[in-house]
Amino acid sequence: MQLPVIGRQVAQPSEGGCSASGCGGSNDQLSHLPQSIRDKVRDHPCYSEEAHHHFARMHVAVAPACNIQCHYCNRKYDCANESRPGVVSELLTPDQAVKKVIAVAAHIPQMTVLGIAGPGDPLANPERTFETFRQLSEKAPDIKLCVSTNGLSLPDHVEALCKHNIDHVTITINCVDPEIGAKIYPWIFWKNRRIKGRKAAEILIQRQQQGLQMLTERGVLVKVNSVMIPGVNDRHLEEVSQIVKAKGAFLHNVMPLIAEAEHGTFYGVMGQRGPTHDELQSLQDKCAGDMNLMRHCRQCRADAVGMLGEDRGDEFTMDKVEEMVIDYEAAMRERAAYQQAALATLEAQRKPAGEQFIPLTALGGRKRTSRPMLVAVATTGGGVINQHFGHAREFLVYEASPMDVRFIGHRKVELYREGNSCGDGESVLQKTIAALAGCEAVLCSKIGYEPWEMLEQAGIAPNGEHAMEPIEQAVSAVYAELVEKGLRRDVAGEQILLQAGI
Amino acid sequence: MAYQIIDSCVNCWACEPLCPSGAIHAAQPHFFIDRNRCTECDGEHAEAQCASICPIEGAILDRWGVPANPPGSLTGIPPARMRAAMAEIRSR
Repeated sequence: MQLPVIGRQVAQPSEGGCSASGCGGSNDQLSHLPQSIRDKVRDHPCYSEEAHHHFARMHVAVAPACNIQCHYCNRKYDCANESRPGVVSELLTPDQAVKKVIAVAAHIPQMTVLGIAGPGDPLANPERTFETFRQLSEKAPDIKLCVSTNGLSLPDHVEALCKHNIDHVTITINCVDPEIGAKIYPWIFWKNRRIKGRKAAEILIQRQQQGLQMLTERGVLVKVNSVMIPGVNDRHLEEVSQIVKAKGAFLHNVMPLIAEAEHGTFYGVMGQRGPTHDELQSLQDKCAGDMNLMRHCRQCRADAVGMLGEDRGDEFTMDKVEEMVIDYEAAMRERAAYQQAALATLEAQRKPAGEQFIPLTALGGRKRTSRPMLVAVATTGGGVINQHFGHAREFLVYEASPMDVRFIGHRKVELYREGNSCGDGESVLQKTIAALAGCEAVLCSKIGYEPWEMLEQAGIAPNGEHAMEPIEQAVSAVYAELVEKGLRRDVAGEQILLQAGI
Repeated sequence: MAYQIIDSCVNCWACEPLCPSGAIHAAQPHFFIDRNRCTECDGEHAEAQCASICPIEGAILDRWGVPANPPGSLTGIPPARMRAAMAEIRSR
């Protein structure tokens, strides 16, 4: 007997007919959206999980000023080795930013999206932000423009955002309760005064909600970002999710707090911890409801360049950009060709997945299931398993169950180099294995002997047999194999139902 | 009668557009207040605008040379806690 691998949402839209989840992909994630919106985000790496394997983005750091303080941010920070929001190496003028965008777009054909995300708040720097957008909509009309904001000034700029064809806006909303807000935002600058405490949070929340509503009423796509801060807003974010969804946000992205003492942030210095992988996943699941959550966010720097999870900013510093000679017309044609091919690949990967069957052997008259399992994947993009274990700087994590394969997040690791097994190399490998805690298999294109052994000892099955295969097919195949062998810690009384056989 | 910006300034531009007297200029190594133009926002605003938006404690001094935003006043981190954290990081 054969059953299709079906997505979590039973009612699938007629379009595409994809019953598999992609990698928790856009079909699954965005399937509740009208076709017009899905068309808008299908090549947007930050909004579509599927798209992020094929398309790239960049941020330009033109907006240094901020009008609020968040406890997870430190405005003194500037470090080339750190990757997180609010951090940049080089502040640009609008003219420089435009040059840089054109240079990057000419060299990275995957690039579809330009965002302004700081390092301060873009809408607290309206002249620089809108001058950059104005020039780009003229000179690089094929690039989508996005902006990310804390929301305080948003209602004042909704008209300008619409005028500049900014059809994607991200608002960071960490709370709708001012008591909680007062624990996240020490102050805001509002009507020529610095305002602190509960009053500040009240104003900020009101402005965020007003801005959200104004944008969605005008048909602008709004994503809401929330930072999960254990003990502060973790229990509150479910309510936030419901409210922003009701107001028309099309995607909610719950991100983990990043807090280390060396960042000099309030939370870092005061010892506030970030959530564990499990806590984050559990909150994301609770918030998901029928609006799927975004789980592939990499919390980029405000000057990031390239595919999500990579940063090629060093190749495009202003002194290098100034030296480049660019034929943008030719580059635009090349980009169009690449992007068309990538969309076709996406479509092709989706179709076989949709027709994928896993034979079930012992239904016994009623549906019974094996427990779900986490699988880590090494990939450089393209939606396939194509990276050496030792070259991975992050692993994508998928949850496989008899129902579907869905993407649930990523784990960052330090670069482990083969042959560097003494001293630091060993501890880096140990850290990598610790970062994969909870996963029961890791899929990569190749893997060395030493990490293989250590992974096995740690109870994680290494697997290099699915190189160049689409991720979700490989994950479901490996899941089926492991189920056949008998999953460890299997639920008592559960029978093994799945067999490999794709 | 003037405020001044000192070297802990991170050049974030927040103060510059707010100054009602046009006294603040981008400069190297950091922003600069023209003391002949600065009015401390007297008659314009209840609070000096540069000091009210500046995110960096200690970066702006008032006419007596006193930080307009003393340590801990903006971040909420008690200064002793900050010193202990920094000492701990240095000792690693």
